[in-house]
Amino acid sequence: MTEQIVEPEVGRSRPRKEDARLLTGQTNWTDNIDAAGMLHLAVLRSPMAHARIDRIDVSPALERPGVVAAFSGGDLAEGMGSLPCAWPVTEDIVLPDHPPIAVDEVRYAGDPVAVVVARDQYAAADALEAIEVDYEPLPPVLDLEAALQPEAPLVHSDKGTNRCYDWPLKTGEDFDAVRERAEVTVKRRYHQQRLIPNAMEPRAVVVTPLAASGEYTLYSSTQIPHILRIMLAVVTGIPEHKLRVIAPDVGGGFGSKLQVYGEEAITLAVARRIGRPVKWTESRSEGYLATHHGRGMIQDVEIAATSEGKLLGLKVDLLVDMGAYLMLVTPGIPILGAFMYPGIYKMGSYELNVTGVFTTRTPTDAYRGAGRPEATYAIERIMDELAAELGLDPVELRRRNWIGHEEFPYTSIAGLTYDSGNYEAATEKALSLFGYDKLRAEQMDRNDRGDTVRLGIGVSTYTEMCGLAPSRVLRDLRYAAGGWESASIRMLPTGKVEVVTGTSPHGQGHVTCWSQIAADVLGVPFDDVEVIHGDTRAAPQGMDTYGSRSLVVGGTAVHHAALKVVEKARKVAAHLLEASEQDLEFAGGVFSVKGSPDARRTIQEVAFETFTAHDVPDGLVPSINAGHMVDPDNFSYPHGTHLCAVEVDTETGRTHIRSYVCVDDVGRVVNPMIVEGQVHGGLAQGIAQALYEEAVYDDEGNLVSGTMADYLVPSAADLPDFVTDRTETPATSNPLGVKGVGEAGTIASTPAVVGAIVDALRPLGVRDIRMPCTPERVWKAIEEASS
Amino acid sequence: MTRISVKVDGTTYQDEVEPRLLLIHYLRDRLGLTGTPIGCDTSNCGACTVDLDGESVKSCSVLAVQTDGSEVTTVQGLAHNGELTGLQRAFHERHALQCGYCTPGMIMAARDLLRENPHPTSDEVRHALEGNLCRCTGYQNIVRAVLSAAEASEQGVRA
Repeated sequence: MTEQIVEPEVGRSRPRKEDARLLTGQTNWTDNIDAAGMLHLAVLRSPMAHARIDRIDVSPALERPGVVAAFSGGDLAEGMGSLPCAWPVTEDIVLPDHPPIAVDEVRYAGDPVAVVVARDQYAAADALEAIEVDYEPLPPVLDLEAALQPEAPLVHSDKGTNRCYDWPLKTGEDFDAVRERAEVTVKRRYHQQRLIPNAMEPRAVVVTPLAASGEYTLYSSTQIPHILRIMLAVVTGIPEHKLRVIAPDVGGGFGSKLQVYGEEAITLAVARRIGRPVKWTESRSEGYLATHHGRGMIQDVEIAATSEGKLLGLKVDLLVDMGAYLMLVTPGIPILGAFMYPGIYKMGSYELNVTGVFTTRTPTDAYRGAGRPEATYAIERIMDELAAELGLDPVELRRRNWIGHEEFPYTSIAGLTYDSGNYEAATEKALSLFGYDKLRAEQMDRNDRGDTVRLGIGVSTYTEMCGLAPSRVLRDLRYAAGGWESASIRMLPTGKVEVVTGTSPHGQGHVTCWSQIAADVLGVPFDDVEVIHGDTRAAPQGMDTYGSRSLVVGGTAVHHAALKVVEKARKVAAHLLEASEQDLEFAGGVFSVKGSPDARRTIQEVAFETFTAHDVPDGLVPSINAGHMVDPDNFSYPHGTHLCAVEVDTETGRTHIRSYVCVDDVGRVVNPMIVEGQVHGGLAQGIAQALYEEAVYDDEGNLVSGTMADYLVPSAADLPDFVTDRTETPATSNPLGVKGVGEAGTIASTPAVVGAIVDALRPLGVRDIRMPCTPERVWKAIEEASS
Repeated sequence: MTRISVKVDGTTYQDEVEPRLLLIHYLRDRLGLTGTPIGCDTSNCGACTVDLDGESVKSCSVLAVQTDGSEVTTVQGLAHNGELTGLQRAFHERHALQCGYCTPGMIMAARDLLRENPHPTSDEVRHALEGNLCRCTGYQNIVRAVLSAAEASEQGVRA
């Protein structure tokens, strides 16, 4: 018997197991799936933002070659429920009906009105134009403030209002009193523009029915196969146990695939109706209308402080664009941000009110960060403004107010208990990597010279809440489900290991990281572990992947399940080694008897002995498989310091990121290479909001930036090299010490970039620039400030 | 219908195709070569990039009939007997892919770059790949991977 020496896996930059097939094109995207007799579904969408459907006739489409069936909303309405909203944030929230396919009224450009099913995708698309629809235009609702006026036209006339909900939060001292005695107050309005998530894989759905037994398999490009299964069972009436949902290879999500979409319900209903496999794949331009958007909010922010820069309080009013309907967690997105506006700072008063507003635009919902980037933007931008008002360096103002590393655990004014952190350490490291003082000197020099190219420095000392989520907190926030995660581990007879996880990766590298976690606890080789996910039959329990939760909750579940396997194996090993359990040591995958180093069994040998069950202890169930569920006690709180230097050409408005340094503290790191990759990608999306991206609507409610040619997803040439580093303050809320990393880069970077641009132009009188800070907007801001 | 003869990843196919059929749909729907994905409908994303007679092209912007008599290489035709090319290996080692949806196009475009410019600078890589969008990686590791594949090819590794 040879000794297995296994180096610790956690902490190693393991290249990913996922890559092999992705690099060679042996992929299983939903759109790659074919089935015998499969038909193709195409969706006719409203060309108007708001209209009544006076008449619809799909029958001409049936005359077109290759067409098998066509359905209007009315044709499919029977037995079809409303698409679900799982987060009705207040008791009196206005919850409109949301038919997966419109029946008598369309409420955004892109609202589905009819479908065609044909033998190929070309025939289906061609036949859409044969469908006759008479629309009677209704007024669009586009302006968030005007929508709340009494005379405003209504998105949902039966509801009598465009106000979806008001959600207040008030803690500490009364803000009005604080404002009275404050020596300095700063008030600003910020606009969070609408963004289009742009996962590279467009959405797709395939349904294969087994008509005789009423069983259905639904493949979808989704982040949430488990939640989707429950919700589709409710929407379509197909019993949950007859519905299997599979998320095959999924090409990115960023929140946009954390959804229960109309097309999923429609494709399922149509396949059920006609008894044949049906596929729907969105085109990118179709997705810009039909896949939910992110952000979309007006923020009124007021901060009060002493003349020494000690924060006294914060008041935030949000007007949030829900879009036309409430989708899965639409109303909850600003609530995820609500607790983060105070950021890492100590203050005695906090007031916030969120008002959700219906408009005739594509619904909004989760997009990377989901509420927390908006919060971080507001607090970090207004901290800069306050620093300028007080004549303080923005880093110094932050130092005077942040929670000291010795003060953890610390309960923030918003009521969250931050378990750990070290803002000083991350900031010191970032300042030094960035060369802060030298850049400040250069900035001053350029300002003194009146250089046409100015230099600005942006600072973002963010934190976020991740690891969604403690189920009881979700209950208190009126979310309809829990936040636990599940893992189970199967020890196969040959000693190989299957980890079954309830998380549903779409680029994050769970297969690699969960293998690392399991390999460490079990002491088996990394390559002996396989990870199974994304199929409600193979991985039946899960709450899926979003909100930087997978490692913190799901990875922790893997860790605990593996510990249980070891404990079960210990009983078998003790029996085989004729020793008591207490006398066994377990290290590197080997059970050995203390003091008798030759008496040993590997856990993989124990797996085989358990399989044969020839010689297991009396009364012991012959299995060392184990499962575990984790319901976290608290969120996790990654933090960090991001510094951005931007050069701004004052004559053209052109901006150039000269350097970007970030030091993130995401707790203990399982795979540093993957963590760095997550940070890079997050930065790119946060910078994109600052500089490039916006979903633009015209006055009629048409999406003007309606194709990838009109919406600027940045390319390699549009982004800089990033300098990334870490500090490591382990989370105390889970045994791995991990905090989550999926959203950090996006949450932190937007204010750092905009802050840098404003900082560069502050000597010219500029105080704010609306995102995205395009050359035109930057140039106009300079012109307006100088006139 | 038009008759075409085209060699794809080493196999010659003869097919009757509609004149409007795009190369990407021919590859995916007719030949079952689904390794090359579709990411947009405006030729912006580059996910469907393949090699056509030694040049990288977006296969959504080429008609199948235009490839008559040509040779096409897709990402599925790169590795030989399971041995990855230098670029594929560099993408793996440098963590230049996350969801992997842009990867086939990204690798085909990078392959074209290294053929024309075997020793690019980091800026040259960024500009050469600007027709290929990635939403996951922020591009930094893609640039690193291409540079490292360029370096390896100096030591005789097939890019």
